[in-house]
Amino acid sequence: MSDTKKFVLGVFDDEDVLLKAVGKVRGAGVKIHEVYSPFPVHGLDEELGYKRSRLPIAAFMFGALGTTLALVMQIWMLGVDWPMIIGGKNHVALPDFVPVTFELTVLLASFGMVGTFLVSSDLKPWKDPKLMDIRITDDKHIMAIDLGTNKAMEAATINALLKDSGAVEVNDKDVDE
Amino acid sequence: MANEKFDFSAGLKKKIFIAFAVGAVMLLIGALNPQSNEHHAEEADTHATEEHHDEGHGSVITDSDDFQAMTVSDEAEGEHAGGWFKRFKVDLWINNVYFTGLALIGIFFFAIQYAAQAGWSAYIVRIPLAMAHWIVPAGILMLLTWFFVNHDVFHWTHSDLYDPSSSHYDELIAGKSGFFFFGEGGGFPTFFIARMVIFFALWAWLFSRLKKLSLAEDELGGDSYWFKMRKVSAIFLVIFAVSSSVSAWDWVMSVDTHWFSTMFGWYVFASWFVTGLAFITLVTVLLKEAGYLPQVTSNHLHDLGKFVFAFSIFWTYIWFSQFLLIYYANIPEESVYFVERFLSDKYAPFFFVNIIMNFFFPFLALMTRDAKRLYVFLKMVCIVVMLGHFIDFYLMMTPGTMGENGFFGFTEIGMYLMFGSAFVFVVLKALSSFALVPKNHPMLGEAKHHHI
Repeated sequence: MSDTKKFVLGVFDDEDVLLKAVGKVRGAGVKIHEVYSPFPVHGLDEELGYKRSRLPIAAFMFGALGTTLALVMQIWMLGVDWPMIIGGKNHVALPDFVPVTFELTVLLASFGMVGTFLVSSDLKPWKDPKLMDIRITDDKHIMAIDLGTNKAMEAATINALLKDSGAVEVNDKDVDE
Repeated sequence: MANEKFDFSAGLKKKIFIAFAVGAVMLLIGALNPQSNEHHAEEADTHATEEHHDEGHGSVITDSDDFQAMTVSDEAEGEHAGGWFKRFKVDLWINNVYFTGLALIGIFFFAIQYAAQAGWSAYIVRIPLAMAHWIVPAGILMLLTWFFVNHDVFHWTHSDLYDPSSSHYDELIAGKSGFFFFGEGGGFPTFFIARMVIFFALWAWLFSRLKKLSLAEDELGGDSYWFKMRKVSAIFLVIFAVSSSVSAWDWVMSVDTHWFSTMFGWYVFASWFVTGLAFITLVTVLLKEAGYLPQVTSNHLHDLGKFVFAFSIFWTYIWFSQFLLIYYANIPEESVYFVERFLSDKYAPFFFVNIIMNFFFPFLALMTRDAKRLYVFLKMVCIVVMLGHFIDFYLMMTPGTMGENGFFGFTEIGMYLMFGSAFVFVVLKALSSFALVPKNHPMLGEAKHHHI
């Protein structure tokens, strides 16, 4: 493995302390690589300064695609390719198409959203997860700081900052890319 | 801050009185200038005077032959009589049902919050509680109105429909007589009126139980009141599940006596619920704009916005399910309902306006997260949805009573304004009588930390 990244990990056991620590660490000018936690912590994304997810836009696009596909498919099948009279209605009787259109809209919106999420967060079955610390799957929150992106600061300063803002322990971690 | 009360100022009262007066003036304009066809205007006048004459006798349900002959000949062979006075009665009934629904949804929403042990809504439960105060005036009004409007709105009240020897004998309606009367068809609809009285009595009683408990909790604290409210709420919800459906059949579906739809109870409920949610949201936003409810954040508004959004879709789902099945099966006795609406030049515009105002507009306007948090969007959507569902109720009742002589004009708007201002007055008066936020609600902490 060619590249090794050096991380400092702040271990927190309380989400309120963690939330305050994130603000404090960012306030001191340190860039946080990521915060790992065993459960969703409300307000963490705001503290980390994350932008709003654009997933809803993708969902809307996929939904609109589903609506269009469903209508085009039904109009083409029942109105153009193989016109059939069903229940004495017109070939293209829009109310009849609504249930299928609705279902396809929901199906494409949800599948599209899940797919987009998996792709954008690089999740795949054969992915080898690199856990910063096994305890993030249990009861500890980990704040990971990439020393490579914080070259302006001494590792010791960051360590002190983490300790100061309530980390129960501070560890070093090398991750092979 | 949690102890603050809503200040029902004299200026606001004046505004409501002005709205009421404007409504009354519009009603008067409507009466003097009915937008009906020229040859109907004269008929309307005689119709009106005769009705007044009949009122003078003091008995509203009368078997006197001339009265029967007059009203029945108007109704004969599906030929609906027009005339402003009849239109006035139909509007009276529409507004009775619409605003009774708002009051009911007040209790329903309140009860749901307690039965579901909801925490997020602890700051705003007093608004539906205030809405529910209309239930008592609504019950009295509805009962009185029913005796006033019965022959003009409810075709089935004509007693000769049930008399096989009469030329007006109607086999289908006679077959349904058990739903309106005890025993013999015709005469006084004891069963129908008994249901109305019992429902209102139950609703009002459970509402007063809930109110008493909620106010006692303010005084004394402790979570025992919360547990008691959960119990009463659960009882109300069970009763409401049955009574809301039955009242929809009674008050709305029986207008089209021949017709039936198994979706109808849900349809009326959905219309009521989304109107009530829009009202709760609107009041919350307006209170916040006036500087009340500082504890309510955009997170709470977001949830209310989601409610309006979701139940607009729910209403559409029910509306469409009813429409599609009837349209697809094309059975004449069912399709006639939509023939009267969809294929009528008079009502087809309302039919489309109904879907646009109650589905497409809230669906698209409230879809994004930001829209559910912005006052301007919430206010706009809530107002449109409330007006839209008035048109929904108009469309449920007018074609079945007025036929092709129905109109939408000053009379309808005036009546809506009068009822609306009376309703708002009762609600705001109730809202100013207790703390805006329950003082000792055990879920206040959860509501404070509500974050989505």
